[in-house]
Amino acid sequence: MSSDVQTATGGTSQPDMPLDPGGGGLRARLGPLMRWESGLVVLLLATVLMGSQLSSMFLESGNFFYIGINVGEFAIMALPLMLIVVTGEIDLSVTSQLELSGVVMGYLFAHGWPIAAAMVVAVCLGAVTGAFNGFLVTRLGLPSMIVTIGTLTLYEGIAQVILPNTAVGGFPAGLTKIGLVPIPHTEIPYSIGFFIIFAVITAVVLHKTPLGRSIYAIGTNREAAFFSGVHVKRIKMGLFITSGILSAFCGVLWSLRFASARYDMATGLELNVVVIVFFAGTAFSGGKGSVIGVVLAAAIFAGVQNALTLDLVPAQNQNIVIGSLLIASVLIPSVADVYRRTGQRLQDLARRRL
Amino acid sequence: MSVATQAPGAQLPGDDKAQRSNWLVDLFVEYRSIGVLLVLVIVVVLTSIDNYRFVSVTSLQQLVSGAAIIALLGIGETLVMVTGNYDLTVGSVLGLSAYAVGDIFQHNQHFPIPLVFLIALGIGLACGIVNGAVVTMARVPSVVVTLGMLYVIRGIDAVWAGGNEVGAASLPGRFVEIGYGTIADVPYLALIAVVAVGIAALAVRTYRTPREFYATGSNPVAAELAGVPVRKRVFTAFVISGAIAGVAGALWLSYFATVDSTAGSGYEFLTLAAIVVGGVSVFGGSGSIIGAALGVLLVNTMDSALVVVKVSSSWDEAFQGALLLAAIVFNRFVTVRRTRELRTRNMSHVK
Repeated sequence: MSSDVQTATGGTSQPDMPLDPGGGGLRARLGPLMRWESGLVVLLLATVLMGSQLSSMFLESGNFFYIGINVGEFAIMALPLMLIVVTGEIDLSVTSQLELSGVVMGYLFAHGWPIAAAMVVAVCLGAVTGAFNGFLVTRLGLPSMIVTIGTLTLYEGIAQVILPNTAVGGFPAGLTKIGLVPIPHTEIPYSIGFFIIFAVITAVVLHKTPLGRSIYAIGTNREAAFFSGVHVKRIKMGLFITSGILSAFCGVLWSLRFASARYDMATGLELNVVVIVFFAGTAFSGGKGSVIGVVLAAAIFAGVQNALTLDLVPAQNQNIVIGSLLIASVLIPSVADVYRRTGQRLQDLARRRL
Repeated sequence: MSVATQAPGAQLPGDDKAQRSNWLVDLFVEYRSIGVLLVLVIVVVLTSIDNYRFVSVTSLQQLVSGAAIIALLGIGETLVMVTGNYDLTVGSVLGLSAYAVGDIFQHNQHFPIPLVFLIALGIGLACGIVNGAVVTMARVPSVVVTLGMLYVIRGIDAVWAGGNEVGAASLPGRFVEIGYGTIADVPYLALIAVVAVGIAALAVRTYRTPREFYATGSNPVAAELAGVPVRKRVFTAFVISGAIAGVAGALWLSYFATVDSTAGSGYEFLTLAAIVVGGVSVFGGSGSIIGAALGVLLVNTMDSALVVVKVSSSWDEAFQGALLLAAIVFNRFVTVRRTRELRTRNMSHVK
């Protein structure tokens, strides 16, 4: 499995497959099948099976729209976040940027702006908030873990100052229908349509351009990347800005979809984005992460959420499941590693005995 | 990162150059607390000029009682942050334990109070153990892990509580008295917090294990090589933080006397912001317990001051976020300057 078998969708994303060189014959042959993404495919099938067991409505064609519509924005935001995590940083402020952008769009619209102009300003604002994150992280050298917790509160706070305790609605019906109807002649919700476009762009950039290689290089070895001429800070800055822009774009989608904007409309939902990113097999160390992983993880997430909703589990209680998914996805690689190392040690021991 | 003076045994015995710089850095750390105190006094004076009732006994009692609970959480969070990790679950652990205690009293008002605190401690310990185990096992930053745990614990709380709310009527009088009772006008809660902060500050100075927290956060690789069981120490820090948050939950209930599934939401952020204002480094390896406590007092006072000077409460969140960011930037600035100062001072001896 070498890097030139890559496809545009990122089916085989890793520049260097983590095949252990000393591994035995069976493991080497199974190697490509043992990938995280293969696990996700199995899980996706399991989710579909579970969903159809829990509710007869799960597999109805009309339900596909509802499965998709609740995950679209999270999936879109997960794409840049995945890249940020690959470079060893994190952006927890995505949902706050979503809220701020939605609120600004609503505020401007309520003050007589044409909706198109309000949408453009809202999305541009995302570039500003993202750049501020990037500035704090790359120029001041602060840890993104805590900086984006700060901006998570700050951006939501600013949104609250702009629109305290009220929701703005009344957006043109032609636009708010994206929350009610799929793209004509399909079952695909608009947000998923956008996700597909962004996913393809991300996959091409990540797997087919020098920029994509650089992102993995930063994740694998930051120092080495820097000394081979990769603009580490500039790339990270760009990723934070991208994350801001896409989050703001999702803010526009979100507000139109719900036909209203409120400062706390996505409070606590950063968890969903983070879950998709880590469930996709993205890792801080070693520059691991692929677009196909994000697509699969988003599909599983959507399926689980929809099944739980059809099973009438309240949203707050679903957080136990979703949070556990996150914990599981960060634990499994470690457990697998311990297992592999123990196996190796036992093999070595056996060989020495012989 | 930064200056190694926080680590135990950083200087050789008899090396008085190192001794002197250590003393100077210590003084600087002291100055930090004095700076926080100074700002605190300024805020109090300015606010009381605007409204003299801000310094009335009742108002001050409320202020320190509220701060006391955050200060308790701050002790645990400081220990965790010193090891270079973050614990985002303190608020949800507090909420879970507060609801658990409320639920017990709802079913049996005569339940022994010491036992209730033990149960609260147990819940906190359990959460801390899970946090610590997952953080040390998974090789992702603790922010990600504890973010997941935050929602899991909050979700358990939500399932347990449903829409139920335990009111003051279900709580025994002697329990609620812990929250509002005073000795010579000083609330019990404030005394509890002062004692806890005192013990923690002393322990951090005296004992080996907490010193190793600092070593771990300063440079995990070096600490490991120096024989510090890094993972064990991180685990311990999370367990302590969880345990404190559990007990703080019971105290929280005794103070607010009413609890539902949202108790303590957002406290993780308040705590984090407050202790960073108090000088705890976001890079790990440095930060004093007393500084953290003063930071909590300052941030709480500022919050109440905003109410007194009639800033709309919709500014609260933006203010807190800005405060945390400003504090991080300020700390970074101080560290960079201090490092440069130390370097030039050391170089001056070379000639």
